[in-house]
Amino acid sequence: MTVDKLLERVLYVDLDKRRFHVEHRPELFEEAIGGTGVAIRLLHEECPEGADPMGPENPMIMAVGPMVGLYPLASKTVAMFKSPHTGNLGESHAGGRSAVALRLAGYGALVVRGVSNMPVYLVIDEAGVQFRDASALWGMHSSYTVGSVLREREAGSGLRSIMRIGRAGERGVTYACVITETFRHFGRLGLGTVWGSKGLKALVIRGKHALPVADRRAYRRTYDGIFETLTESSLMQKYHELGTAMNVLPLNELGALPTKNLQDARFEGAEAISGEALAEEYLGRRVACAHCPVACIHLATLRTSFPDKPYFYKTQLVGYDHEPIFATGSMLGLDEVNGMLSLLDEIEVHGLDAMSAGVALAWATEMLERELISLEDTDGVEFRWGNAEAYIEGAGKIVTQPTDFYKALARGVDHASSIYGGRDAALAFGGNEMPGYHTGPGCHVGYLTGARQSHLDSAGYSVDQKVAQSGESLTPSELAETLLEEERWRQVLTSLVICLFARNVYEPETVINSLEPLGISTTESELREIGARILREKNAFKEREGFSMDSLRIPERITETMSPLGQVDPAYMRETIEAYRQKL
Amino acid sequence: MFACARRFAEGGLAKSCIHVQSAGGIDKGFVVIVCRACPDPPCARVCPTDALLPREGGGVKLDIEECIGCGNCVEACPFGAILWDGEQNKPRVCVYCGYCAPHCPYGVLALEELEEAPHDRG
Repeated sequence: MTVDKLLERVLYVDLDKRRFHVEHRPELFEEAIGGTGVAIRLLHEECPEGADPMGPENPMIMAVGPMVGLYPLASKTVAMFKSPHTGNLGESHAGGRSAVALRLAGYGALVVRGVSNMPVYLVIDEAGVQFRDASALWGMHSSYTVGSVLREREAGSGLRSIMRIGRAGERGVTYACVITETFRHFGRLGLGTVWGSKGLKALVIRGKHALPVADRRAYRRTYDGIFETLTESSLMQKYHELGTAMNVLPLNELGALPTKNLQDARFEGAEAISGEALAEEYLGRRVACAHCPVACIHLATLRTSFPDKPYFYKTQLVGYDHEPIFATGSMLGLDEVNGMLSLLDEIEVHGLDAMSAGVALAWATEMLERELISLEDTDGVEFRWGNAEAYIEGAGKIVTQPTDFYKALARGVDHASSIYGGRDAALAFGGNEMPGYHTGPGCHVGYLTGARQSHLDSAGYSVDQKVAQSGESLTPSELAETLLEEERWRQVLTSLVICLFARNVYEPETVINSLEPLGISTTESELREIGARILREKNAFKEREGFSMDSLRIPERITETMSPLGQVDPAYMRETIEAYRQKL
Repeated sequence: MFACARRFAEGGLAKSCIHVQSAGGIDKGFVVIVCRACPDPPCARVCPTDALLPREGGGVKLDIEECIGCGNCVEACPFGAILWDGEQNKPRVCVYCGYCAPHCPYGVLALEELEEAPHDRG
């Protein structure tokens, strides 16, 4: 593979000394493409064994890929770090303008080292890095305000990404996110916590470089072919119309929608919080990431009144997707949309990972029900299924941590349940709270074996649904193989870096045809080999940091609540995990 | 933006003559900044070398050889629709080629012949 001269530039930033420099690393991008492939290489280089995730030795890495800025939906940035949430591999992806901005500022990757002795934000453009005082922004109540201050203060509107953390990141909640362009997130595994530990409040990245191609005619032809498929075929329709929220009702009908801390897999209020209901009654705007014609980002209008002030309202927009709806809706037994949106808004204000926060609040509700914790522990907050006000208050207390219980909950349900009990109902996989699918064994094995403990690693939920449709069950070995093959190919897509929603458009042949005009010749087998190697490199990092497939905890709850494929058998799961480990 | 740069068969945004930005945060929506084809374009009026001249059918034409890169046109355009090519140190302005329009799947952009000047349309 050959690489353009802008992509091979890696920007190194040292927060201790407030210095930066650029290194040309063509070999890195030739061998590992970009995105996740390059980021794991850099993590191996930068992160010493046993590093404290909150210490200066933990690097913060971001990488983009060769197709970013050139093809539609090549719109994601991969962040990598050691996770303060799981104590292992931290990997989180986000869109917005992040990828285009970093690429067009003239960098393929960014490495942030060290800890600043005061709060800072960085402005990154083609000239390099400016270190700016963020002490006045530190501690600010709302992440929205931080965004609007930076929007006014810094140049580059329309060509920039404004990434920032909320107070959750400042205060060490291990599942704090980084918010980009207000409605997109590096959501999972605590990237925001790492920023907080570094005194890094925000990044403003801007750029508008040209990206020349090797074969101009072929480039335009290939582009238009992909564009036509994206806009005219039915492949992207579901993301375009209802967005990912379209999953709520089908999952509920299947009996796969985690409800009330997965005490159930069907939610009586599913209709109210469905993608259909939200689109009909609440949808205020649909927007897209930079260079994407799909516009999957759905923003609901939330109209709230001011207490004691008649006819005073504010109307704001709140982003929604399937996962946040599961985490703050069905999982909490919440079917009142304004309440759910208000909770999501509160989560955004603080900069929490909506998925982990929702699952943590669900677990706390069950613990209170089972009297494993008391109102003293919850600082008087009466968590009760469907009680939005209590959850809004609870989300704030996860950040302010007024009691030992909240201090524990701020480190996730795996940790909190090791102190307060209720392990059976602590829905974390490899330390990370569950996503919104209880489709069968495939999804749960995927959460456990996936490199980033995510439903996006190997899409086990999709495998389960295919099994349910065909009625033909898979052997542990077959399931392991299916998950592994998907996860390997996804390493290629997330190295390029293409949005996974476009995975059915960017099939291997299309990827190869897209790279050709850029001067990159490759084959499907070469790409698949690279994907497999990247996945091995990630797992090597995980093993080095103490991850073991043998000691993975399977929460009893998932084996008790019926899935569409019947009762999930832990022995079958263990066999599949073992098969996965061997094939890896 | 990307389609406009692709007229020159390249990626990135350096040559784009359309600018899109949020209207003060994404929740406020977006603003498309592009030449509005003024009947008496102020950008052309302030050009000291007549490098920028009104174009038949609306808009302006740039003679890059005559342009001295003073940037008067950028200041004169009330819409901010004259962008700047930092690499060449010359203005960038829409030439009404229409390449962008079919790449806008939402019909926000279209290339149309108008009977009258467009300035009295919103």
